[in-house]
Amino acid sequence: MNFDKEFDASGLACPMPIVKTKKSLADMASGQVLRVVATDPGSVCDMQAFAEQTGHTLLSSSTENSKYVFFLKKA
Amino acid sequence: MAGKKMAIIATKGALDMAYPPLILASTAAALGWEVQVFFTFYGLQLLRKDLSGIKISPLANPAMPMPVPMPVVVQMLPGMESMATMMMKAKMKKKGVASLEELRSVCIESDVKFIACQMTVDLFEFQKHDFIDGIEYGGAATFMKFAGETDVCLFI
Repeated sequence: MNFDKEFDASGLACPMPIVKTKKSLADMASGQVLRVVATDPGSVCDMQAFAEQTGHTLLSSSTENSKYVFFLKKA
Repeated sequence: MAGKKMAIIATKGALDMAYPPLILASTAAALGWEVQVFFTFYGLQLLRKDLSGIKISPLANPAMPMPVPMPVVVQMLPGMESMATMMMKAKMKKKGVASLEELRSVCIESDVKFIACQMTVDLFEFQKHDFIDGIEYGGAATFMKFAGETDVCLFI
Protein backbone atom coordinates (compact mmCIF):
# COMPACT_ATOMS: atom_id res chain seq x y z
CA MET A 1 0.00 0.00 0.00
CA ASN A 2 1.24 3.48 -0.82
CA PHE A 3 1.82 5.92 2.00
CA ASP A 4 2.96 9.52 2.41
CA LYS A 5 4.77 9.25 5.73
CA GLU A 6 6.04 6.58 8.07
CA PHE A 7 6.34 6.46 11.84
CA ASP A 8 8.30 3.71 13.59
CA ALA A 9 6.96 3.12 17.10
CA SER A 10 9.04 -0.03 17.60
CA GLY A 11 10.08 -0.48 21.21
CA LEU A 12 7.60 2.04 22.57
CA ALA A 13 5.04 1.04 25.22
CA CYS A 14 1.56 2.41 25.90
CA PRO A 15 0.61 5.22 25.49
CA MET A 16 3.49 6.45 23.33
CA PRO A 17 2.59 4.66 20.05
CA ILE A 18 -0.79 6.44 20.06
CA VAL A 19 0.49 9.76 21.40
CA LYS A 20 3.25 9.89 18.78
CA THR A 21 0.99 8.66 15.97
CA LYS A 22 -1.22 11.65 16.73
CA LYS A 23 1.84 13.91 16.54
CA SER A 24 2.92 12.33 13.24
CA LEU A 25 -0.50 13.02 11.73
CA ALA A 26 -0.44 16.66 12.82
CA ASP A 27 1.56 18.02 9.88
CA MET A 28 -0.10 15.81 7.26
CA ALA A 29 -2.88 16.85 4.91
CA SER A 30 -6.37 15.40 4.90
CA GLY A 31 -6.47 12.19 2.82
CA GLN A 32 -2.76 11.43 3.20
CA VAL A 33 -1.74 8.01 4.50
CA LEU A 34 0.54 7.32 7.47
CA ARG A 35 2.21 3.94 7.93
CA VAL A 36 2.87 3.04 11.57
CA VAL A 37 5.05 0.15 12.72
CA ALA A 38 4.79 -0.97 16.36
CA THR A 39 5.98 -3.79 18.60
CA ASP A 40 3.46 -3.21 21.41
CA PRO A 41 0.74 -5.92 21.09
CA GLY A 42 -1.68 -3.52 22.80
CA SER A 43 -1.39 -1.17 19.84
CA VAL A 44 -3.63 -3.45 17.74
CA CYS A 45 -6.70 -2.59 19.83
CA ASP A 46 -5.44 0.90 20.64
CA MET A 47 -4.98 1.94 17.02
CA GLN A 48 -8.53 0.81 16.23
CA ALA A 49 -9.87 2.81 19.18
CA PHE A 50 -7.75 5.81 18.19
CA ALA A 51 -9.14 5.76 14.65
CA GLU A 52 -12.75 5.39 15.83
CA GLN A 53 -12.46 8.32 18.21
CA THR A 54 -10.53 10.72 16.02
CA GLY A 55 -12.25 10.11 12.67
CA HIS A 56 -9.07 8.96 10.89
CA THR A 57 -9.58 5.81 8.81
CA LEU A 58 -7.66 2.66 9.72
CA LEU A 59 -7.14 1.29 6.21
CA SER A 60 -5.39 -1.84 7.40
CA SER A 61 -3.96 -3.51 10.47
CA SER A 62 -1.63 -6.45 10.00
CA THR A 63 1.40 -8.32 11.30
CA GLU A 64 4.68 -8.35 9.36
CA ASN A 65 7.80 -10.07 10.67
CA SER A 66 6.33 -10.12 14.20
CA LYS A 67 5.70 -6.37 14.08
CA TYR A 68 2.32 -4.65 13.88
CA VAL A 69 1.75 -2.50 10.81
CA PHE A 70 -1.03 0.04 10.44
CA PHE A 71 -2.11 2.31 7.60
CA LEU A 72 -4.04 5.37 8.71
CA LYS A 73 -5.74 7.81 6.37
CA LYS A 74 -5.95 11.28 7.86
CA ALA A 75 -9.47 12.70 8.19
CA MET B 1 -15.40 11.90 19.31
CA ALA B 2 -14.82 15.61 19.48
CA GLY B 3 -16.02 17.45 22.54
CA LYS B 4 -15.46 14.71 25.12
CA LYS B 5 -14.04 15.69 28.48
CA MET B 6 -12.17 13.94 31.28
CA ALA B 7 -11.28 15.06 34.79
CA ILE B 8 -8.78 13.24 37.02
CA ILE B 9 -7.93 13.73 40.67
CA ALA B 10 -4.32 12.64 41.23
CA THR B 11 -3.67 11.96 44.92
CA LYS B 12 -0.64 9.66 44.93
CA GLY B 13 3.04 10.47 44.63
CA ALA B 14 4.71 7.06 44.34
CA LEU B 15 6.31 6.05 41.05
CA ASP B 16 3.73 3.39 40.14
CA MET B 17 0.77 5.59 41.02
CA ALA B 18 2.22 8.58 39.19
CA TYR B 19 1.81 6.82 35.86
CA PRO B 20 -1.96 6.26 35.49
CA PRO B 21 -3.04 9.93 35.61
CA LEU B 22 -0.33 10.99 33.15
CA ILE B 23 -0.92 8.05 30.78
CA LEU B 24 -4.68 8.57 30.70
CA ALA B 25 -4.41 12.36 30.40
CA SER B 26 -1.92 12.22 27.52
CA THR B 27 -3.92 9.53 25.72
CA ALA B 28 -7.25 11.32 26.08
CA ALA B 29 -5.61 14.51 24.80
CA ALA B 30 -4.29 12.56 21.78
CA LEU B 31 -7.88 11.45 21.13
CA GLY B 32 -8.98 15.08 21.09
CA TRP B 33 -10.51 15.15 24.57
CA GLU B 34 -10.38 18.19 26.82
CA VAL B 35 -8.58 17.11 30.00
CA GLN B 36 -8.00 18.58 33.43
CA VAL B 37 -5.96 16.98 36.21
CA PHE B 38 -6.41 18.17 39.77
CA PHE B 39 -3.35 17.36 41.92
CA THR B 40 -3.90 17.08 45.65
CA PHE B 41 -2.00 15.71 48.65
CA TYR B 42 0.88 13.48 47.45
CA GLY B 43 -0.19 13.93 43.83
CA LEU B 44 1.40 17.40 44.07
CA GLN B 45 4.77 15.67 43.72
CA LEU B 46 3.97 15.22 40.02
CA LEU B 47 3.99 18.99 39.54
CA ARG B 48 7.46 19.56 40.97
CA LYS B 49 10.11 20.75 38.55
CA ASP B 50 12.35 17.92 39.65
CA LEU B 51 10.63 14.51 39.55
CA SER B 52 13.67 12.55 40.72
CA GLY B 53 12.24 12.35 44.26
CA ILE B 54 9.40 10.13 43.07
CA LYS B 55 10.13 6.61 44.27
CA ILE B 56 8.67 3.16 44.62
CA SER B 57 8.97 1.10 47.78
CA PRO B 58 8.78 -2.69 48.09
CA LEU B 59 7.75 -2.17 51.71
CA ALA B 60 4.08 -2.97 52.42
CA ASN B 61 3.75 -3.74 48.72
CA PRO B 62 3.46 -7.56 48.60
CA ALA B 63 2.23 -7.50 44.98
CA MET B 64 5.49 -6.03 43.69
CA PRO B 65 7.36 -8.68 41.69
CA MET B 66 10.86 -9.10 43.10
CA PRO B 67 13.84 -10.72 41.34
CA VAL B 68 14.53 -12.64 44.57
CA PRO B 69 12.20 -13.13 47.56
CA MET B 70 13.01 -10.48 50.15
CA PRO B 71 11.88 -10.55 53.78
CA VAL B 72 10.21 -7.41 55.09
CA VAL B 73 13.06 -6.78 57.56
CA VAL B 74 15.43 -6.53 54.59
CA GLN B 75 13.05 -4.22 52.69
CA MET B 76 13.24 -1.84 55.64
CA LEU B 77 17.01 -1.34 55.38
CA PRO B 78 18.35 2.08 54.36
CA GLY B 79 18.81 2.41 50.61
CA MET B 80 16.31 -0.30 49.67
CA GLU B 81 13.78 2.24 48.40
CA SER B 82 16.36 3.93 46.18
CA MET B 83 17.53 0.56 44.91
CA ALA B 84 13.98 -0.60 44.12
CA THR B 85 13.34 2.71 42.32
CA MET B 86 16.54 2.41 40.31
CA MET B 87 15.68 -1.16 39.30
CA MET B 88 12.10 -0.26 38.37
CA LYS B 89 13.22 2.72 36.27
CA ALA B 90 15.81 0.59 34.47
CA LYS B 91 13.17 -2.05 33.73
CA MET B 92 10.73 0.57 32.46
CA LYS B 93 13.36 2.03 30.15
CA LYS B 94 14.18 -1.42 28.80
CA LYS B 95 10.50 -2.10 28.11
CA GLY B 96 9.98 1.20 26.30
CA VAL B 97 7.83 2.79 29.02
CA ALA B 98 8.05 6.57 28.80
CA SER B 99 9.49 8.49 31.74
CA LEU B 100 7.21 10.61 33.94
CA GLU B 101 8.96 13.71 32.60
CA GLU B 102 8.19 12.70 29.01
CA LEU B 103 4.53 11.93 29.73
CA ARG B 104 4.12 15.18 31.61
CA SER B 105 5.64 17.11 28.71
CA VAL B 106 3.24 15.41 26.30
CA CYS B 107 0.31 16.46 28.51
CA ILE B 108 1.48 20.06 28.60
CA GLU B 109 2.12 20.18 24.83
CA SER B 110 -1.36 18.82 24.19
CA ASP B 111 -3.07 21.41 26.40
CA VAL B 112 -3.99 19.24 29.37
CA LYS B 113 -4.81 21.65 32.17
CA PHE B 114 -2.99 21.00 35.47
CA ILE B 115 -4.50 22.37 38.65
CA ALA B 116 -2.70 22.31 42.01
CA CYS B 117 -4.93 22.03 45.07
CA GLN B 118 -4.27 25.26 46.95
CA MET B 119 -5.19 23.81 50.34
CA THR B 120 -2.59 21.02 50.15
CA VAL B 121 0.01 23.33 48.57
CA ASP B 122 -0.33 25.43 51.73
CA LEU B 123 -0.52 22.38 54.00
CA PHE B 124 2.81 21.01 52.78
CA GLU B 125 4.29 24.53 52.50
CA PHE B 126 5.18 24.17 48.84
CA GLN B 127 6.23 27.33 47.03
CA LYS B 128 5.09 28.20 43.52
CA HIS B 129 8.71 28.04 42.36
CA ASP B 130 8.81 24.35 43.38
CA PHE B 131 6.34 23.62 40.61
CA ILE B 132 6.47 23.77 36.81
CA ASP B 133 5.14 26.89 35.10
CA GLY B 134 1.77 27.11 33.44
CA ILE B 135 -0.30 25.39 36.13
CA GLU B 136 -3.33 26.83 37.89
CA TYR B 137 -4.15 26.88 41.58
CA GLY B 138 -7.65 26.21 42.87
CA GLY B 139 -9.91 24.38 45.25
CA ALA B 140 -12.65 21.78 45.22
CA ALA B 141 -15.18 24.16 43.67
CA THR B 142 -12.80 24.81 40.74
CA PHE B 143 -12.55 21.07 40.16
CA MET B 144 -16.30 20.45 40.47
CA LYS B 145 -17.10 23.12 37.91
CA PHE B 146 -15.25 21.19 35.20
CA ALA B 147 -15.91 17.70 36.64
CA GLY B 148 -19.65 18.31 36.36
CA GLU B 149 -19.35 18.66 32.59
CA THR B 150 -17.16 15.61 31.96
CA ASP B 151 -17.79 12.23 30.35
CA VAL B 152 -15.11 10.50 32.43
CA CYS B 153 -14.10 11.47 35.97
CA LEU B 154 -11.46 9.49 37.87
CA PHE B 155 -9.96 9.50 41.35
CA ILE B 156 -6.47 8.03 41.33
